[in-house]
Amino acid sequence: MQRQVIAIAGVELELFESGEGPPILFLHNGGGFFPEQSFLRLLSAQHRLIAPSHPGFGRSTLPDWIDSCDDIAYVHLALMDRLGLAQADIVGCSIGGWIAAELATKSPERVRRLVLVCPEGVKVGPADRLDIPDIYAMPDEELERISYHDAAQMRLDTSRLSDDELAIRVRNRETTALLVWEPYMHNPKLRHRLHRVTAPTLFVRGESDGLVSADYVAAYARLLPNARVETIGEAGHSPHLEQPDAFARAVLQFLEANR
Amino acid sequence: MRAWHFSENAYPYLPPADEYESIRVSLPNRVYDPEQGAALYDRFLDEWLIAEDEGMDIMLNEHHQTATCVDPAAPLVLAALARLSKKARLLILGNPIANRRQPVRVAEEMAMVDVLSRGRLEAGFVRGVPYEVLPANSNPVRMNEREWEALDLIIKAWTSHDGPFSHEGRFFHYRAVNIWPRCYQQPHPPIWISTTSPSGAARVGARGFVQATFLTGFDGTRAIYDAYRRGWREAGRGGDVPAHRLAYAAMVYTAPNEADARAGAEKLLWYITSNKVPPHFSNPPGYVPVAGNVAMLRGAEHPLSAFRKSASVEGAIEAGIMFAGTPDQVHRQMKRLYDHVGGFGHLLIMGQAGFLEHDETVLGIRTFARELYPRLREEFPDTAITGQLSLRGA
Repeated sequence: MQRQVIAIAGVELELFESGEGPPILFLHNGGGFFPEQSFLRLLSAQHRLIAPSHPGFGRSTLPDWIDSCDDIAYVHLALMDRLGLAQADIVGCSIGGWIAAELATKSPERVRRLVLVCPEGVKVGPADRLDIPDIYAMPDEELERISYHDAAQMRLDTSRLSDDELAIRVRNRETTALLVWEPYMHNPKLRHRLHRVTAPTLFVRGESDGLVSADYVAAYARLLPNARVETIGEAGHSPHLEQPDAFARAVLQFLEANR
Repeated sequence: MRAWHFSENAYPYLPPADEYESIRVSLPNRVYDPEQGAALYDRFLDEWLIAEDEGMDIMLNEHHQTATCVDPAAPLVLAALARLSKKARLLILGNPIANRRQPVRVAEEMAMVDVLSRGRLEAGFVRGVPYEVLPANSNPVRMNEREWEALDLIIKAWTSHDGPFSHEGRFFHYRAVNIWPRCYQQPHPPIWISTTSPSGAARVGARGFVQATFLTGFDGTRAIYDAYRRGWREAGRGGDVPAHRLAYAAMVYTAPNEADARAGAEKLLWYITSNKVPPHFSNPPGYVPVAGNVAMLRGAEHPLSAFRKSASVEGAIEAGIMFAGTPDQVHRQMKRLYDHVGGFGHLLIMGQAGFLEHDETVLGIRTFARELYPRLREEFPDTAITGQLSLRGA
């Protein structure tokens, strides 16, 4: 993928791009964006794939006024303006899905079709129970176990990373905490704004996702006027990484329907 | 040299450590017996007052959701001490202002204690250890920024006397700040800040606050004090940093004979050995800077857990985090650290821990106060200029 850095809304934003065709804005999860991941090739085969690193992720800077997914949605709207994208399909994973949902409530007309992959962002359950398990109050091994269908396959060997690559991952984790710490994994306002979303919306959930439950996704989808849920087998919280083929098929089928 | 008796108000009557995940944050409070807890509060207050009778000053701190320190609202204990004590300086070290949502409330609490004690408050502020962020639900990212904004706001609240002012900052927002009472000491009580990193110390030095550091040993403490002195000088405060600007906290147990000293020192180690905390509580994202976390992923030790290697009396003394023995031995150990780090003016004595009983605690306080403290005061005056030994070595 081609990489560039553009100045936007006070952020030096790292931007990756590849492919030609109808545009997809891809919004990465809290792990960060890594252009070598195989699902990207599948998504960009017949599309122009545009993928920013969110402020505070990858090599994008983090101005001190940014501390929420809501803030980042404004940066990405400004990015769409800059790129001259009157409208795009948006695919967001996990907190990238949350950012995409925020964006779609602000400027519904800018989103043609919306794909939210295991997104957080709303509070649907009772006050005395977290909707999303507390990822900051469990051992790493437990977090890995509930994040993946097959954690052993997905484990990252950090000894093979350079210090720079490792620093990016550590910083991604830090920025994620900044965004999701409180209120935990949601913006209390978002659920009351989702009625504004006009784009047909697909929720994708990994069947083994221990972070975002089936009930949560179903309740989330009910908050949007036109949404449905698709479940991918043998995948956890990152179906795009664990089942890239099935993931890309589901996404592309949805995007191409009635084009 | 001033010596401060410091007790964490620990609750040591716990199940075996292998029966719980963590002594902090998640240990259910059903293991806390309020009857025993009340007796402990009485006892620890008595010990502070005995230290006062012996000519020492008083220090307390605050932690949350932990058996290691059952003082989740230190200003409350401070208020009790303000009335119970008569002459000791009262050091709270400190108010965890990166985690307190209302800095103006903190300013009020401190001003009130200052008046209650007729000007004996030493107001300390801390960022808070990493295991505090979950109990406070406090974002571990940007804690330093919150701490400094809160501190400046507190100082302004203390020193503004002409009616309300407003504060619309990055983290805190007030339209009408006008605290009652105002402080007893003018312009405000002495300010202390604790840190375990040189980068933090430079900033504290630039402001001229008292710099305290806990269990940082020989080289760690020297790096922190050097950074403080650098910050002090670069801010134009002059070339000489007096000893009363620097404080060091160590486990200290002094007894008339080696056997009793050894027994007391063993019990003090509970400070270190009891602190069972899993990594997800001790290293939340953002608490340690990115470079520090990268180093840890490459095998370096967590800066706050380095001292856990020193879980023996010999190891702890060797590391400079414990002074224990007869008055002569404690003097020697302390002087060794004093010389290595370039001097300091306050010894914060972690003088009670775990199962160190009342009589043993009092023996430690009295032996120190009567047999050693007069010597320390004479040999290490508050007005000594720090850093000269360390600079010569550098």
